Amino acid sequence: MTSEEIKDLILEIIEDIDDEADFTSLDADQPLRDQLDLDSMDFLDIVMELRKRHKLQIPEEDYPHLATLNSCATYLEPLLKDA
Amino acid sequence: MPVSFSQVDNQYDVIVIGSGLGGLTTANRLAYCGHKVLLVEHHHRLGGLSTWFKRRGHIFDISLHGFPYGMVKTCKKYWNKAIMQSIVQLPNIVFDNPQFTLRTTFDKTDFTELLRSHFKVPEERINSFFATVAGMNFYDDQSMTTRELFERFFPGRSDVHRLLMEPITYANGSTLDDPAITYGIVFSNFMNKGVFTFEGGTDKLIGMMTDELEKNGVTICTKAKVDKIITEKGRVRGISVHGTTICAKAVVSNSGITNTIQNLTDREVYSDAFLEKADKIRVNTSSCQVYLGIRQGDRIDDVGDLLFTSKSPEFDSEELLDMNTKSKTFSLYYPKTRPGADQYTVVASMNSRFEDWANLDEETYQREKQSLVTRTIADLDKYLPGVKGKIDWAEAATPRTFNSYTLHTRGTSFGTKFEGLDISRSIFKEVAGLFHVGSVGIIMSGWLGAINYGVIVANDVDGFLRA
Repeated sequence: MTSEEIKDLILEIIEDIDDEADFTSLDADQPLRDQLDLDSMDFLDIVMELRKRHKLQIPEEDYPHLATLNSCATYLEPLLKDA
Repeated sequence: MPVSFSQVDNQYDVIVIGSGLGGLTTANRLAYCGHKVLLVEHHHRLGGLSTWFKRRGHIFDISLHGFPYGMVKTCKKYWNKAIMQSIVQLPNIVFDNPQFTLRTTFDKTDFTELLRSHFKVPEERINSFFATVAGMNFYDDQSMTTRELFERFFPGRSDVHRLLMEPITYANGSTLDDPAITYGIVFSNFMNKGVFTFEGGTDKLIGMMTDELEKNGVTICTKAKVDKIITEKGRVRGISVHGTTICAKAVVSNSGITNTIQNLTDREVYSDAFLEKADKIRVNTSSCQVYLGIRQGDRIDDVGDLLFTSKSPEFDSEELLDMNTKSKTFSLYYPKTRPGADQYTVVASMNSRFEDWANLDEETYQREKQSLVTRTIADLDKYLPGVKGKIDWAEAATPRTFNSYTLHTRGTSFGTKFEGLDISRSIFKEVAGLFHVGSVGIIMSGWLGAINYGVIVANDVDGFLRA
């Protein structure tokens, strides 16, 4: 997956979690949490969905890498290079 | 529909033991993720303490009043939209005690106003208190107690302490001596928007959850009491019910962390270090409840949804637990609880110690229960004059009742104190494939805590199964 595809994947998962999420003014370098009103349970949902879709095991200590859209892409790119 | 034990397969991916909200949610999430799930429950009905019973045309809800607004998002994400859409606010929360009498929506805006105008607390102090509790996390330092937190912000103000603490004590059994973080997290959840309930009653909610579980493919088996969790070489192998073994790669116990360790597994499977910590887990206190049914055709005035009442001069955790406590919460269930049914019921709740009730002989036990009913009706008369003449069913439950229906250690109705959380979170490191979900640590308790914890544990189990 390319970096752009990974960002689309994350947004698609977030949309599944919250169908009212509005991405129009999303800044990829700012925390998703503040912009989309996500809480720690939502991040758990993202982790669970990534495992389900791509067999990715993300350890708890790596959750901070999922903070922004760009940091998600940076962290996940090597893990999803063959996906 | 739940199946009988004879129809259960002999192999599953996961078996969930117990069907409290945590167990139900873990089962639902895992089935939704594609695992083959069996849910076993010893009682004939699902729900654990989210339950109800019927007497002479009345339906009595045990714990429906109430939960925080966070349930809306949680139910939408982890159950379904129909369940979410049935969540409604309980707008009238009443306090009545020798220190103050007031009515509130129990949210941050209203509490800020009350603290400012009624209790004359400076506004910056109120704001700083709210900011402090809102910023609390479960992994924060836990050395400060709730008593110290209150003394720091409202020194010597026993009336303010009572306003802030009394409802939370009824919600989760915590006291002024528990870690302040447990208070802050639960209190902030309620302060978000107030107190909510499920329109249609507990029976409707559990019915909708059962439908969702079946839609996702969970096999549900009631009236099946698990004798043992079977382990082999440090791994879970399955469970034993009525002498029959059912195999599974993972077992999730929703039967209480102390029960799980003391009764469902052999001590030999755990390390000494783990047992040393597990043996120190304190279970929370239990409850007494009195259920009052209003005769069909009679009605009572709307005097509030939830009444925190006391004749005790000050808030005192010990007084609240006394068999003859002068403090009780009244949950009033008006026809709006189950639209279409013209029913009124009142459920009085008190916190209580198992030890006080456990050893009474049968005659004393029945007499004490009767006197509890009599005292409760007398106390309710202050808010509903003449209510006694409208009651056609009155019944009491005690810690013994809670113990017999839930099998919880010492009938605890609020899980464990804070230390239970760490043991619950680390049991899978002791026995591969063994997980626990249920009320632990005060914060993972109540409707919202139990469901969210169910999701957290489902994530652990899913990770284990896909590893």
